[in-house]
Amino acid sequence: MIELTNLTFGYNQKKILYRDLDLSLQPGSIYGLLGKNGAGKSSLLRLMGGLLYPTAGTINVAGFTPRKREPAFLQEMYFIPEEIYLPSVSLNRFIDTMGPFYPKFSESQFRKYLVEFDVPPDQKLTAMSYGQKKKVIISFGLATNTRVLIMDEPTNGLDIPSKSQFRKIVSSALAPERLVLISTHQVRDLDNLIDGIIIIDESEILLNHSLNHIGDRLMFSTLSSVTEADRVLYAEPSMRGYSVVMENLEQEDSRVDLERLFNAVVTNRDGIKNIFR
Amino acid sequence: MDFRDKKAIYLQIVDYVCEKILLNQWPPGERIPSVRDLGVELEVNPNTAMRSYDFLQQKDIIYNKRGIGYFAADEAPVHIKAYRREQFMTTELPQFFRTLYLLNISMEDIEDRYKTFIKTEFDPNWIDQ
Repeated sequence: MIELTNLTFGYNQKKILYRDLDLSLQPGSIYGLLGKNGAGKSSLLRLMGGLLYPTAGTINVAGFTPRKREPAFLQEMYFIPEEIYLPSVSLNRFIDTMGPFYPKFSESQFRKYLVEFDVPPDQKLTAMSYGQKKKVIISFGLATNTRVLIMDEPTNGLDIPSKSQFRKIVSSALAPERLVLISTHQVRDLDNLIDGIIIIDESEILLNHSLNHIGDRLMFSTLSSVTEADRVLYAEPSMRGYSVVMENLEQEDSRVDLERLFNAVVTNRDGIKNIFR
Repeated sequence: MDFRDKKAIYLQIVDYVCEKILLNQWPPGERIPSVRDLGVELEVNPNTAMRSYDFLQQKDIIYNKRGIGYFAADEAPVHIKAYRREQFMTTELPQFFRTLYLLNISMEDIEDRYKTFIKTEFDPNWIDQ
């Protein structure tokens, strides 16, 4: 549903951010886009949303070219940026003004999410705290029922109970024909929520696989000592020896630890590439 | 639900469902939550919950009535115990044996303690067959 082909992009001619990037994302999944600060996560999302234009190559989102910003495309895409802006109006006014842009928008769904998020319905949007505004935008975005929903660092500014609510609500909003893409550097916020993982580092997509596939190929374990024979891809000291990422030779089932996966992918690029080749 | 276990999430959800059935909170023969509702309750991706239900179906612990939903199988407790036993024998027991070996603990010692444990925890009249 999202296809990047030979995508090249830079903010100016001398500094190229991505060169010949390819990426293919399917509907029915919640993807997590992981990367360090400044890895270019937001730029990538903005390219998909038609907010930035590629220098070369093509982007196809739900059959549209985002750059053209056709109404039919904008009806099927909702983009929640990291820095949000809400107009100084009441919630009702907001619904009346913004809802009609999205043919599949459901007001009852929107109100249900707001209740679940504990957002008071009778307040002016600008009088709300940052976290509450964020919850309004997230609820609205989910209730638009667009085929593509992109969220850039949505959990920033959410308090602890809201993060749990966020996971419940996003889980409930996934549909077979819908694609949700969430960027974060707080992987724990998205634990168990995402089923596809994209890792981007130094302008390169190092990994784009389903969690199931990653679990098939990699094994997350604890070893008392690390020897050459163990085929360890990544190890970090822990209370009980070493927490490691290894090749999954015995087809064992282990829990994919997102933080450890991320560290393994960015520190041992070649090792990981070999396994997923 | 706490997911800190080293087990894959979908298998932890399998354990959760088995527990619910064994505790009779989801009685055999009755309808259990939909994939979607379970995903929301546990804050996990619905595709992960689906994988757990597929697995449970393969083990004949739950079944799907087309268009109605998922049900705990009448024979679910029997199948859960079979699955648990297999899990114990293949994953937990080797760990346990390893500890026995490393700490020089004899089988006789374990046997005595096992008998005492059953008598105090479960059944004072229990007699070893």
